[in-house]
Amino acid sequence: MATYLLKRILMLIPLMLGITLITFTVVHLAPGEPVEMQMAMNPKVGKEARERLRKFYGLDRPLHVQYADWVGKLVRLDLGRSFSPDNRPVTAKIRERLPITLSLNIIALLLEFGLAIPIGIMAATHRDTWLDKGITVFVFIGFAVPTFWLALLLMYLFGVKLGWLPISGLHTLGSDSYGIPRYLWDMAKHLVMPIMVASFGSLAGMSRYMRSSMLNVIGQDYITTARAKGLPERVVIYKHALRNALLPLITLAGFSIPGLIGGSVIFESIYSIPGMGQLFYQSVMSRDYPVVMGILIIGALLTLIGNLVADVCYALADPRIRHGGGAQ
Amino acid sequence: MIGPHSYIRAVFWPRLAGNRFAVAGGVVVLLLLVVSLIAPLIVPFSPNEINAWEVLAPPSLGHWFGTDDLGRDVFSRVVYGARISLLVGFVAAGIAVLIGTLIGLLAGFYGGWIDSLLMRVVDIMFCFPAFFLILAVITFLRPSIWYIMIIIGLTGWMGVARLVRAEVLSIREMDYIMAARCIGCSDRRLIFRHILPNAVSPALVAATLGIAGAILTESALSFLGIGVQPPTPSWGNILTSGKDYIEFAWWLSLFPGLAILVTVLAYNLLGEGVRDAMDPRVKQKR
Repeated sequence: MATYLLKRILMLIPLMLGITLITFTVVHLAPGEPVEMQMAMNPKVGKEARERLRKFYGLDRPLHVQYADWVGKLVRLDLGRSFSPDNRPVTAKIRERLPITLSLNIIALLLEFGLAIPIGIMAATHRDTWLDKGITVFVFIGFAVPTFWLALLLMYLFGVKLGWLPISGLHTLGSDSYGIPRYLWDMAKHLVMPIMVASFGSLAGMSRYMRSSMLNVIGQDYITTARAKGLPERVVIYKHALRNALLPLITLAGFSIPGLIGGSVIFESIYSIPGMGQLFYQSVMSRDYPVVMGILIIGALLTLIGNLVADVCYALADPRIRHGGGAQ
Repeated sequence: MIGPHSYIRAVFWPRLAGNRFAVAGGVVVLLLLVVSLIAPLIVPFSPNEINAWEVLAPPSLGHWFGTDDLGRDVFSRVVYGARISLLVGFVAAGIAVLIGTLIGLLAGFYGGWIDSLLMRVVDIMFCFPAFFLILAVITFLRPSIWYIMIIIGLTGWMGVARLVRAEVLSIREMDYIMAARCIGCSDRRLIFRHILPNAVSPALVAATLGIAGAILTESALSFLGIGVQPPTPSWGNILTSGKDYIEFAWWLSLFPGLAILVTVLAYNLLGEGVRDAMDPRVKQKR
């Protein structure tokens, strides 16, 4: 197990290097410069001031020097300073946004699991009945619904028509003065729609996956044995089959991280939630290179960590891998 | 042994035709193609015709889907939006499949360090939240429909590469490849004449599903204001005004969204149907 872990972690190094290279290239090879954006708003600034600004941001140096400098700082967990007027460290900016996005996505992921597993089991155990077909139809529609459209529909239904839920932000203005229970309740109400939207995105895929995983397990010999022993179907499904059917879902959870993070741009901008997606959108718009690169790196890093954790969990849960019997 | 053409006639088509979902998807896909080709003949109004007297009018006999904030006919705009969506879908998925197939072929055929290198690139690309990458590049390049298609394609090829590589790995070991090698076929001839035709089926399925994915991505980008730029109608940017007027005009949000839903659904159903029809493990009847 220890060698497996070590091998996995060592493999991350070239991946990380590749990630920094792509991130840097994507941001720096695009035509136009952040300095020009700021110039465009103020035509009176002369050539001299413009050069000074480029120097200030370090954009006057050759690209490979900029890259080496950036990676060098990155290793020390320094993402540089934002180009925006506040000039704050990128890490500080991300640190105040990341928890919001992360906790939203974790809740969404848990909700997804909570719904997808029973849906998948139901579809698998009632294979080819109207229930299974109904779930299949739901799954295909789920695949095809654009999340931002769903967000709009929910907003219209719950926010505008029924007036049950607030449609933007995380808190009601002045909610600081509420007592703690009311403050939390207020926040929970703000979170309902974003979480629904965030989890709906991959709910369909996950339930389909659960279904096929379950069907796969049910077809195996040991399940037939369990049935032949005369165990009640309930025990066969929930005690014998479920455990093995859940295994592939661990990997899937790891894979779904980039999608979740990427999706946060959409629901955060629709519901005006001050998370990382919104910060990314704003930074992209104002060409705040350090922040854009920082968020791309953090997003990729989270994916790497997520995949690693998923693989380790898988190895822990599956004795075939735990004891080094099966090939990885 | 049956040849590829008789296989298609004897097994593939009957299987596909027997799948009701896939047939429905295929019919909708064809219908959408026809609609976007003859869009000017269908629409009752020009999609950019502004009418100050009928701003935000609800659906009626004159305006089936209502009008938008400039009094433009939403039905006409949705029909024209189909052109944009299909164009983006086809070109983006085409680029992704082209790159993915090529990389998968090279990695699978040559193996060794070429394979490791290419597969690490795939791993790295998979790490990025694709939507972030697309968002950044397109904004930096200035939004245009051509960039959108190219960028979506450039960020969507990895899955195809893995599928094709896996296929090539098994084909490479077959006897007919050995035979072709023995009579002195060049690598290029081996790859493109002998392996590619047999490895292409997963790429075809990926292309169909990729069209659906690209349509979704384009509409999300346009919705955020960095995709197709107004006044050119796209389903995504009609929904942007839908959001702005959500309290007064539900029809601005409903119809373009339904259009996306139906289109993506149709491509997904068709793609899954094609996959099942080609998969020897799936039983004839579903």
